[in-house]
Amino acid sequence: MTTYIIRRLLYTIPIVFGVLLLTFCLFTLVRGDISVELAGKNATQETIEEIKQEYGLNKPLFLSWDSQFIDHFKNALTFDFGRARDRELVRDKIKRGVLPSLALMVPMFFGVLIISVSLSLVIAFVRGTKWDTFAVVVCVAGMSIPYLSFILFGQYFFAYKWGLFPVFFSPDLTRSEYVALPVLIGIAAGLGSNLRFYRTVMLDEMRSDYVRTAFAKGLTTRCVLFKHVLKNAMVPIITRVVLAIPFLFLGSLLLERFFGIPGLGYLMIEAIGSRDYFVINAMTYISAVLFVVFNVITDICYALVDPRVSLE
Amino acid sequence: MSEYQQITKTQAPTGRSLWKDGLRRLRKRKLAMLCLVLVLVYFSLAGFIYLAELLNWRVGPICWAEEVGQKYEPPSLKNIFGTDIFGQSVLRKTFYGAKISITVALCASLISIAIGVPLGAIAGYFRGFVDEIIVWLYSTLSSVPYIILIMAFAVVLRDKTLFGHKLTGITAVYLAIGLTSWVGICRLIRGEVIKHREREYVLAAVSYGCNKRRIIFRHLLPNVFHLVIIDFSLRFVAFIHAEVILSFLGLGEMERPSWGAMINDARIELSRGVWWQMAAATLAIFFISLALNIFGDALRDSLDPKLRVQ
Repeated sequence: MTTYIIRRLLYTIPIVFGVLLLTFCLFTLVRGDISVELAGKNATQETIEEIKQEYGLNKPLFLSWDSQFIDHFKNALTFDFGRARDRELVRDKIKRGVLPSLALMVPMFFGVLIISVSLSLVIAFVRGTKWDTFAVVVCVAGMSIPYLSFILFGQYFFAYKWGLFPVFFSPDLTRSEYVALPVLIGIAAGLGSNLRFYRTVMLDEMRSDYVRTAFAKGLTTRCVLFKHVLKNAMVPIITRVVLAIPFLFLGSLLLERFFGIPGLGYLMIEAIGSRDYFVINAMTYISAVLFVVFNVITDICYALVDPRVSLE
Repeated sequence: MSEYQQITKTQAPTGRSLWKDGLRRLRKRKLAMLCLVLVLVYFSLAGFIYLAELLNWRVGPICWAEEVGQKYEPPSLKNIFGTDIFGQSVLRKTFYGAKISITVALCASLISIAIGVPLGAIAGYFRGFVDEIIVWLYSTLSSVPYIILIMAFAVVLRDKTLFGHKLTGITAVYLAIGLTSWVGICRLIRGEVIKHREREYVLAAVSYGCNKRRIIFRHLLPNVFHLVIIDFSLRFVAFIHAEVILSFLGLGEMERPSWGAMINDARIELSRGVWWQMAAATLAIFFISLALNIFGDALRDSLDPKLRVQ
């Protein structure tokens, strides 16, 4: 097991390398020389040269110890992303955005997870009855409504018309106040697809032979559901949960944009709008690293819960 | 001799293939067939608009830019979904939006399945070095957030020519979605093939001396292919929704009407009580999603080999 974990950890090195290669290609090769864009309209040649000097744009791309390629690696590995367009350190901007984003995403994610896994067990219990059909109809209808409509109608009715929640973020609100409505909307929007997914997983397991055996030897339904089915359904559940965690960090682009929550999703939207490559680069790299870490955790969990996956 | 023939005749059962069997059961489900009809209506609407554009017919959805009334006319018999700020018919815009959405979703699905399924099966079956290369490829790609990758692709691909076609905004969008979202199906198929490759039927095939290509494509893939079907139906819906969100963020089709752009317009209109543009786009998306979801579900139940009636 230890060997497997060490092997798996060493394996992250090429992936981080790949991500760095990709971000280098996107934000240096594809983007090209941005010094003119940074300097503004009426910049003199000297200003442009200064900017080139500051950002290291006059260095060779590859094939030198002092190249842009090596710089890109050095900066990424030391988490030094330079300054954004408004001269604020990118690192500070991101640090500021993490908490609001997590405050929005964590309750939303675990709300959806807990509600949908427990409901899917209930559905597995009443499978084939009209309650099952009813639940499926509600799920499918719920996931067919576009996300944007959930947000727009939710904001319009609950906040604008009935005044139950604040319509928009303002600094004097506490975190739980401005996060409440987006979290509820997020749970409502995410429940349909998640419940449907977990129902599929559970019903697939319910059809297995071991479930029939368990029932045949006289175990109670509760025992079969929680001891047999839930454990065997763990592989898809763990995959889905662990791989979703890095995206919690990224925040929700649409929810944050609509409710003006100053999280990382909002930062991204702003950066895309103002073509702030430094922020986008930093966000790409950090979320990629997080993703890699959680990918390792998934694989280790796989090996732990499914003994058939052999550890090489 | 004649006796021998007699025996073979009586003993050989008329076998039904898995797919025939599944389709037979699918045809019995009235709701699923209704949904299939609805999906086909959307598809033929998109196809019809393509045809009409090609032949320059002057029919409703093509003339979406025409002014049919005052601005913000509420829904009436003349304009079922009212008019927007320019006095254009919302109904016509909604019809035209179907073409954009379906083109994007179809192309993106086909690209992602064509890349993801073979790669996933090969990675899961061979493991070892091949697996590591493929996993490296998709881990690297999937580590980068979706929206940034799409942005980058849209910037790179915009106004470039590929095989003699000029890539417009919409082409860049479905290429970007397709080239980035094969990761999900690839991971799914790989995981499932890893589970299956130690099963008895694969061992039996190996002991018969089947070559690897046959094992993967004739034995393993049919046993995991229902996942592709379910994934395709869900993915199609997800792509339609992704296209809506991209157009909403201003990354998609800009010059012609799309559902996302309509919702973006409606964001400001809603506070003035102008709800029809929002309602039209929502309903259009809702019905195709609903139909695809129900049909995909029925397809899944019909095609699942575990459920097959002997």
